[in-house]
Amino acid sequence: MSLTVGDEVARREITVDRARLVRYAGASGDFNPIHWNDRVATAVGLPGVIAHGMWTMGAASSVVADWIGDPGAVLDYQVRFTRPVPVPDPGAATIEVTAVVGALDPEAGTARIDLTVAVDGVRVLGKAQALVRLS
Amino acid sequence: MPVDVGYAGRQYPPTAAYEVGRQKLQEFADAVGASHQAHTDPSVARALGYPDVIAPPTFAVVVAQRAEAQLFEDPAAGIDFSRVVHADERFTHHRPIHAGDRLVTVLHVDSITVRAGLAMITTRAEIASEDGEPVTTVISTLAVRPEDS
Repeated sequence: MSLTVGDEVARREITVDRARLVRYAGASGDFNPIHWNDRVATAVGLPGVIAHGMWTMGAASSVVADWIGDPGAVLDYQVRFTRPVPVPDPGAATIEVTAVVGALDPEAGTARIDLTVAVDGVRVLGKAQALVRLS
Repeated sequence: MPVDVGYAGRQYPPTAAYEVGRQKLQEFADAVGASHQAHTDPSVARALGYPDVIAPPTFAVVVAQRAEAQLFEDPAAGIDFSRVVHADERFTHHRPIHAGDRLVTVLHVDSITVRAGLAMITTRAEIASEDGEPVTTVISTLAVRPEDS
């Protein structure tokens, strides 16, 4: 695979609705009510139910895993949660994921993939970076 | 009650083993939209060199949070979960988690700092196989907002 720093390697839009959040709560064991109960979410100052930050992080990682063709090639993955993702009801939110080559280490055979994850053009994750093994 | 900064530096004893099942990995992969067949089809995973289906990159949070509960559910630590906001998360995979793994986690409280009432708590979950092979390191930072905000 021939890569250059700055190359965009993948781009995807992923929608998330309340049913998706309930599914993630069950699968992950994170039952914090701010992810399914508007009354609780607004009581703590949120605009309403928000997506689990870990859902957003997980959904974005699949974009990298699919591009590299092996989810086990994701060696390291980090994000900062900078902005909540409100999920309306009825309706859905859409996260826009863009993956760009941030750095290459030919000796180690790895690439750092920098992810931009945004909702309506506003970033919701900061310093979202995945280190992948190139085969 | 404020967060007790005295918990910084604490290390907990290893957890009981978490058994990774194929169905659990499929359920988690479905929830995050991880559609790669290495999560669901053992023959695809084996063709990539793994002993069984593998976990999506963030699945380790399921294992780590069971260990983190030792800190967060300890009333003496003073962490009010309704005031907690997730600040950042990092997974370092020493190898992929796969179905059939029996994982033991040691939780470390790496730091607790309080500034202007806002507490930042960084934990590190060292996940290993039962025989001590390092599998994944999960570093998580939570912010606990002060009560008057």
